[in-house]
Amino acid sequence: MSWTFKSDQPIYSQIVERIQIRIVKGTYPPGSRLPSVRELALEAGVNPNTVQRAYADLEQNGFLRTERTNGKFVTDDHDMLRRLRMELSRGYIEELFEKMTGLGFTRQEIIEAIEAQRGENE
Amino acid sequence: MNVLECRNLTKSYGSTKALDNVNLTLESGRIIGLLGPNGSGKTTLIKLANRMLVPTEGELLICGQKPGVETKKIVSYLPDRNFLPEWMNCKELIWMYEDFYKDFDTQRAVEMIRSLNIDHKMPMKKMSKGTKEKLQLILTMSRRAKLYLLDEPIAGVDPAARDYILHTILSNYDEEASILISTHLIADVESVLDEAIFLKEGHIMLHDNVDSIREKSGVSLDEHFREVFRCWEN
Repeated sequence: MSWTFKSDQPIYSQIVERIQIRIVKGTYPPGSRLPSVRELALEAGVNPNTVQRAYADLEQNGFLRTERTNGKFVTDDHDMLRRLRMELSRGYIEELFEKMTGLGFTRQEIIEAIEAQRGENE
Repeated sequence: MNVLECRNLTKSYGSTKALDNVNLTLESGRIIGLLGPNGSGKTTLIKLANRMLVPTEGELLICGQKPGVETKKIVSYLPDRNFLPEWMNCKELIWMYEDFYKDFDTQRAVEMIRSLNIDHKMPMKKMSKGTKEKLQLILTMSRRAKLYLLDEPIAGVDPAARDYILHTILSNYDEEASILISTHLIADVESVLDEAIFLKEGHIMLHDNVDSIREKSGVSLDEHFREVFRCWEN
């Protein structure tokens, strides 16, 4: 059904992130055509204007391009896509550090905790 | 062109002011939430737009015209209670809509009704409450209107029916038209809205884009509403 959204962020920015994840994962491969605004709006259960805004934001940052009559396409610039992947991972790691620091962990302890858990999982 | 405009609009019932000097402009291509607790003036505003009420002072214009015969051609209205003859079945209701409204898209209505899987010969009075609500919404949204006024379209139906109704609203969205949805079930409509209007005791407390409300307040529209309309002091 519809996507769920966090309550403290604008909806459009959360849609931007979802699309970025799909691009990095390859759900939307490089150079492929994205769903139309209307299709994605129905899938997400959001207003089409919100999807439009998300697409505009992604285009401005160079992740998408518009072909006049054909719609929106994922960039096939691989440097750009690598940068996007790093940018997303940096965001997640920052979030992890922020939460762990909130629990009173030091930098060193965080890295040790990650190592320890990785050992458990393997 | 502004789809709806209120200038110093006041509506009094005796000494009670249901709407008090309201100024409001709605543009086309937007989905707007008219939000407020019970008795805040939501239904009064919608009834004024349909000329079921006349202003005490000020004016309300639809595409630059006063509500009347001409505006009814471009406004599609879903009242907050059942307004259709209960003895009619789907087919008869479609005929009635075709007769009444030039902008009624029969094809679209038939397709949407088919997805409900209801017997075309079943009279409305035998349908469940949820099915009735869905059917009324389908008929309302099958008109190619400039302004849709939906008064409490999701009140009193289960969450799955709510999803169906919101999906129907979104899939019929048209850039030329605007949709005004009155409700107090904010969490349910939040993601489909462009703009929100907070109405309190006949006054507009807030009118802004939903994403900028979330950005400024740092909380969801639903939480912000609960803060603005808190019923107790702490």
